[in-house]
Order: sequence, then structure tokens, then C-alpha cells
Amino acid sequence: MTAFVIRRLLQAIVVMLVVAFVAFSLFQYVGDPVQLMMGQFATPADRIRLTHELGLDQPFYVQFFHFVVNALHGQFGVSLRIGKPVSVLLAQRLPATLELSICAALLALAAGIPAGVYAGLRPNSWLARTAMSASLLGVSLPTFLIGILLILVFAVKLGWLPAFGRGDVVHLGGWSTGLLTRSGLLSLIMPTITLGLFQLTLIMRLVRSEMLEVLRADYIKFARARGLSDRAVNFGHALKNTLVPVITITGLQLGSIIAFSIITEQVFQWPGMGLLFVQAVSYADIPVMAAYLCLIALVFVVINLIVDLLYYVVDPRLRIDRAGASGH
Amino acid sequence: MTKPLLELRELRIEFPTRRGTLVAIDDVSFAIAPGEVLGVVGESGAGKSLTGAAIIGLLEPPGRIAAGEILLDGMRIDNLPHEAMRRIRGRRIGAIFQDPLTSLNPLYSIGRQLVETIRTHLDMDERAARQRAIDLLREVGIPAAERRIDQYPHQFSGGMRQRVVIALAICAQPQLIIADEPTTALDVSIQAQIIALLKRLGRDHGTAVMLVTHDMGVIAETADRVAVMYAGRIVEIGPVAEVIRAPRHPYTVGLMGSIPSVVDDRERLVQIDGTMPRLTVIPPGCAFHPRCPHVFDRCRRERPELLDADATRAACWLHAPGEKSANAGPRGTKVRR
Amino acid sequence: MANRLAAALSEAWDSDLAWSFRHSPWAMAAAAVFLACVGAAMLAPWVSPHNPFDLAQLDLSNSLKPPAWIDGGDPSFPLGTDDQGRDILSTIFYGARISLEVGVAAVLFSTVLGVALGLVAGYVGGRIDAFIMRVADVQLSFPAILVALLIDGVARAVLPGAHDSLAFWVLVLAIGVSGWVQYARTVRGSTMVEKNKEYVQAARLFGIHPLAIMARHVLPNVLGPVLVIATIHIATAIITEATLSFLGVGVPPTEPSLGTLIRIGNDFMFSGEWWVTLFPGLALVIMVLAINLLGDWLRDALNPRLR
Repeated sequence: MTAFVIRRLLQAIVVMLVVAFVAFSLFQYVGDPVQLMMGQFATPADRIRLTHELGLDQPFYVQFFHFVVNALHGQFGVSLRIGKPVSVLLAQRLPATLELSICAALLALAAGIPAGVYAGLRPNSWLARTAMSASLLGVSLPTFLIGILLILVFAVKLGWLPAFGRGDVVHLGGWSTGLLTRSGLLSLIMPTITLGLFQLTLIMRLVRSEMLEVLRADYIKFARARGLSDRAVNFGHALKNTLVPVITITGLQLGSIIAFSIITEQVFQWPGMGLLFVQAVSYADIPVMAAYLCLIALVFVVINLIVDLLYYVVDPRLRIDRAGASGH
Repeated sequence: MTKPLLELRELRIEFPTRRGTLVAIDDVSFAIAPGEVLGVVGESGAGKSLTGAAIIGLLEPPGRIAAGEILLDGMRIDNLPHEAMRRIRGRRIGAIFQDPLTSLNPLYSIGRQLVETIRTHLDMDERAARQRAIDLLREVGIPAAERRIDQYPHQFSGGMRQRVVIALAICAQPQLIIADEPTTALDVSIQAQIIALLKRLGRDHGTAVMLVTHDMGVIAETADRVAVMYAGRIVEIGPVAEVIRAPRHPYTVGLMGSIPSVVDDRERLVQIDGTMPRLTVIPPGCAFHPRCPHVFDRCRRERPELLDADATRAACWLHAPGEKSANAGPRGTKVRR
Repeated sequence: MANRLAAALSEAWDSDLAWSFRHSPWAMAAAAVFLACVGAAMLAPWVSPHNPFDLAQLDLSNSLKPPAWIDGGDPSFPLGTDDQGRDILSTIFYGARISLEVGVAAVLFSTVLGVALGLVAGYVGGRIDAFIMRVADVQLSFPAILVALLIDGVARAVLPGAHDSLAFWVLVLAIGVSGWVQYARTVRGSTMVEKNKEYVQAARLFGIHPLAIMARHVLPNVLGPVLVIATIHIATAIITEATLSFLGVGVPPTEPSLGTLIRIGNDFMFSGEWWVTLFPGLALVIMVLAINLLGDWLRDALNPRLR
């Protein structure tokens, strides 16, 4: 178990280093950082001084090392557009993005898995067929359009829900939360649906197809031939085997929710990291882009690690093989 | 023959497809007495496994029983409601499938799978069921059963897994076991052990066995009677000894030729020319006639029913009264050994 | 010759694929809608009632007219006009054209890149294979939209002035690069199966480069799956393009795609001019839905096991 975790951690560190390298390359080679930081009217002496201060005259690997050390301390430099440290900007925006993403993920899982199981068990029922057709529509609806349509109906026409922003937030230490006020909760409804709907349809379709696949397996046939109840076969044997691939892909999907929140945040002017990132892309604000990239990579790596551990809990084959007992 | 345990009467299984209805099993009738081992033999696609699936009520849609009856102890079971049929499966009819590697759920320990099955059918608490599971594992010849019961399927070899599968099939002491190619996926050396185990269990518990296989050798060793299937029909049925000594249907003759003989290996393998027809293109008359060395006019026109031919019954016009002397047929060309 | 053609046609008509097509009303409807979209997009200059980009035709007095069936609507602008007096229906035709062009070009790019890398990875194996697949894994863990955004952002930083004129190709590159992994995985798997077959060894003896002969043998094998992936990918690519344009990093507003139109219209939603954003949105959904339906049907038809 420990060996397994350590190996996974090492892999995660390698991935993070690769991403850090991409971010570093963005910094160093895309555009001229000195030019970017000083503008066009700097004297040559200023330029040389800044080049030295930034360590740009040092060998490549030293620069990369400094970059990684700074990144570990959360130092990604100063936003070219806003002029504040990137770390401060991201920290301000993190709670908004996380609250939205977690609510959307809960929605996608809580509705997507039961719907997928049902559609897999009763593939020919009208409800399952309707759900599948609806899910195709869900996959075909771009996230931003869902948001726009929701705003059009519930904010513009009916006036029930706020069209943009986070509502009133409460500050708890360094964390700002919208979950404790009425307007904050109301503001959360439409963005959550917008962000969660696409993942919901994906998870439902995935669970359904895995379920159909597993239900054809020999051990399911044999379980039925032993006279086990439908309940035991479907929700014990079949569901557990379905979980193995579902965990993997769901994990990836949850990670992508945070990335997809870019779009939702833009539609609802939600003051999160995604909005910051889009603005950074359109202004070529490299420090913000690099920091966001590293942060997203970190989220993905952590989620992958959790997925691997879950896998390990669900599937005995992994447990034993790692322990070095007789494999196959 | 005593009162049959299982009886099939003119069973017909159809698959509706978009290009018309396929008849996969047609007019199949046979009976199995308590404690008897019936071998069902034929090439793949002949309908052996489908027959087994139909008996335990697990035909996969769109396949369906279109005509005929299946009786267990004199009671029809082919039209039982889902829940009633479920209680028969595992309790009164056990099943064993071909591939032990895929028959067990990889995520549950074998103990859990055994206990679950036992408690489904027998009124036992967890502890008693676990004890029974250990006894069963011991009975099917798994060493150190107390320890191995908590292991997972992938920790067992193929032969051992098939033993676990057999333990699962017999855990509620069914009266009948349907064993569908139980040895096909195993090494030759292990096949004999599994066959011996099945025979012993049948004898010890008085369990009847329907042994489905394409291997005439296994049948010869194990079964009391044998039914030979070809293209969805039984072409010959009778006591094993009799069928092996003097097969009446030309197809059986061909199958017999495929048993390796230790005594003389020069001409041991008689080839049957051609392949079994696909279900979409079963020829008129006798389905075997395009491959039959003794084919004559009537075979191409009329389909033969099972006709008495001495101690066995064969669906072949060679044995019809008034046709060529029955003795001039396959019996005259007995397999050379 | 005519007979052979007729025979080939009748065989195609009788094939399983065609049979399944003729018996799937959804697939036929989707194909019809898709063809209509492609037709309208390709023939935009001829079928559009107005040329929305001809400044001489624009008249600000026509701005923000509602659809023709609503009070104040003008029958010559069936779906209304935007703030500059451009006919919405016409901008949809032109916009669909750009969306389709970006989508198809990006998918072609992805396919070529993915198939080539898959062939090389599967054939060469070893470190190169491990490297390509590692990159694929890492990229796959990032959503395509993020990868595309990054590439677009980098392109902006590298080409500060020239970005608008190259926006189309930057988009194609960004979307194309973000989608190659699936193709590469499929082709790699198939290549690894074929690699050890005898004809590959034989080709080597004859002095033909095995990769060349493998491409000839592997490609037909993977045609089905690649076609399915590509069909669904076109839908994804169109959505990605629309999303990027909506986020303001796609094609410039002078040549609006459907996503750009929705973005422009979004600003008018609160003042009640919903048609400026709704109709381009509907057009996008209908087009993408038709492609997805076709892709779904194709996957089921080519892989009957999963029906």
C-alpha cells in the first residue's frame, strides 16, 4: 500500500514538473518578459538591471529551478494587466470557483449515476429512451448557451433568479462564501445547473454503457444462473463492476468541471479564477496564464491520486498484485 | 426408465431477426432420469448451449421459446413467472459455464459469492453458510479451504476456479446440473480431473447432469446416454455404449471418428467434409445431406424424424423401413479402429 | 460499366449500413438537417436574403428590428436584425459557414496528426511509444477547451499584431491539437495487432518500408472507428469554436461565426432584444445535434454489439 502510494506520488510530481516546465517556457520564451514588464520606454541600463534581477542571464536550468521554487511558494510574479501579484489575485478568486465547481459536481454525480444505472438496467423503457435522447441534446448544447437560455428565461423573462454575480458573500477568515446568504444561494442555482448539466449527461451515458457492458459479462450470467435475486445481481455484482471504470472517468470529469467553469463564469460574470483566466488569455497576460495552468494541473493531479486510491479500494486484483502474491 | 426428472417436448427456439425468423432449435425432445448423465454433443452452433440456456430460463432476447414444453419433475417450467423461475435456478437446477476465468465476479471473494448463493436458497445464518461454503470447497477438492475462502478469483488457477464454479453450482444441492462445456477452456490434464469430479458429485448426491460438449471423448467417458445435435435438431439419441459401438447416423459416425484412439492412430481421424450450415441457410430435407456420404434422393426432399434403429434412435432415412437395408448404411461402414 | 455501377450501387444499398440507415428515421432526419445546414452555409452568398457584410446595404435605421411575426417586425428581415441593422438570418448562414469550416478543418488536422502518431507509436513501440502515449495521457487529463485556450493565448503573445488575420488558422490549430489523442489511441491499438502479422515481415523482405505497408493495411481496419470519432469530433470542434468565440478569443467580429454572433447578441438580452442571441444559438444547437445524432447512429451501426 505504501509503496503504491509513493509510486503514485512520484508520478504526480513528474507530471507537475512537466506542467511547470510548460508554464516556465511560457514565461521565458513567449514574448520578452523584460519588454513586457518595463514597457517600451526603458533605458538599456534599466533593461540590463532588470534582466539581472529576474535572473534571465543565468543558465536555463538555474532559471527553471528558481521558477519551481517560486511556484512552490505560490509566487508567479505580477499580473501584466492588473499589476497585482498573481498569487493574491488567484487566492481572492479561488473560493468562488471552488464553491461553484463542487456544487456542479454534486449535481452531476447525484443525478447522473442513478439515471445511468436505470438506463442501463432498463435500456428499452420509454423513460430511459427519453433520458438518452435528452442526454444527446445535453451533449449538443454548448455550456455557454445553456447559461444564456437559463438567464433569458429565469432572469430576463421571469425575473426569479439573479442573472449574474455571486450575490452577497460572507467572509470567514480568508474564505468568502456565498452559501450562507439567500442571495448567494439564489445566485448559485443557474451557474450550478449550467456547469453541471454537461457533466451530468456525460456521466449518465458513461454509467449506462458500462452497465450494459458489465451485464453481458459471464459472471453476471452465472450469477443469474445461480438464482441470485435481481437486486443482488444488478446492484451488487453489476454495479460494483461498473464502478471501476466509472470512478476513473468521473474523476477526470470532476477535474474538468473546474476548467469548464471558465465558460460558466464568463456567462454569469462569476468572480472566479476562470473569469480571470479568460481575461488573461485575451490580454496575453502570461503570469496569470502560467499560474492558472499550474493550479489546474495541481487539481488534476490530486484528483488522479484520489481516483487511484479509490481504485485500489474497489479492485482486489490491484491490492494483491502490488503485494507480490500470485498474479495471473 | 424411471419417471424423468427433466423432460423436453418438441422444443423450438426462434430468433426473430430483421431478415426473417431464425429457428435455432427445432423439435427437440429428450428426457433425463434422476441421477442420469446425459451428454449433448455437436459442433458449435448446433444449439446445445441454447438448449441449456432455455432450460434454466436464461435465453437472451431476442431468442424465445416458440413452441414445446420443458418439464421439471412433471411440472412445466418454461412458462413460469420470472421470480418463480429464479427460485428454481441454483436451487433445483445448477449451471456451470464454459470459462471459469470469467464466470466468477473478480471483485468479490469466493467466500462472499458462495455465502451469498447459499443464503439465497437455504435458510442459514452467515456463520452456518460460511461453514457450508468451506465444506463445499473441500468437497470439490480445494486444499486449505478455510484459508482460500477469503481469496479472490484471480488468486486461483483455471482448474481451481472451475472447482469453485462447481461448488457454486451445487451449493443448494440441485437435482440437475447443466454443465455447458465445463472443460473446454482448461488444460487437458485438468479436464480429466474436472470430469472425474463431476462424475463423483453426480454419484454421491444422485444429481442428474446434462453435459454439453463438442468433445465425444468426454461424453464417452462420462455419460449414460448421449444426444447428438446437428443444426438445431437431435439427429441421434441413445445409450452411450450403443452409440459408440455402432453409431447409426452418418454424422455420428463422423463425430466418432474424431475421438483419438490409442490403439491405432493411423486412420483414427475421419474427417467430415464441409461445415455445418448456418441457420439462415439450412438445406431442405435432411440438414446433413450436403455432407453425407450416403445421401440419396429422399434425403434431399424430406426431413427424417427420429426413427428407431435398434437400441438407439436416429433421424436418418437409412433406417426407415422399406429404404435400403438399414445394415447397408453406417453400420456397414463402422469406424475402423 | 453501367451494369457494374448499378451492381455496386445496389450492393451499397443492400449493405448493413444502408439498411440500418433506411430503418432509422432519426438518422435520416439528422442527415437531411445536416445536409441542409451544409448547403445553407456553403451557398450563403446566394441563399442569404441580404449580405450582412456589405456596408453599403446596411442601414442603421433597420437596427434591432424584431422577427417578422412580432409587432414592429419587417418581412424582409425574417428573424430580425442586430444593432447594426444586419439581417440575423443572413448572419446565421454566413456564421454557420465559418463554424463548419473551422470544425471540419480542425477535425482533418486532428485526424491526420492522430493517425500518424498512432501508427508511429504502435509500430515503433518502445520509448517513442511510451513518450507519445504519456503526452496523450497528460493532455487527455486537461479538457480540450483549456488546451485550445492556452494555444490561443500563446499565439496571441507570440503574434501580437498579426493575430486577427491568422485567427482562423490559430483556431484550427488550437482545436486540432486538442483532439488528436482519441485517434492516436485507436490507431495505435490496431497497429500493434497488425505489427506482427506475416505480411509485415514479408514486406520487409521485399524491401518495402513496413510502415508504408502497414498504413495500407491498418487504415482500412480503423476506418470505421476513426469515422465515428471524426463525426462526433466535428460536433465537438464546432462547439469548441463557438465557445472560444463566445469567450472572445476566437474569430474576430468582422467575420463572425455562430459563437461570435451569440456573444454579440448576449449584450442585448437584458434590453429585451433576445432574438439577436437566441436564433444563432438555435442554429448552432440544431447543427450540432444533427451531427451528434449521425455520429451516434454510425457508432451503433458499425458496432452492433452495443445496440
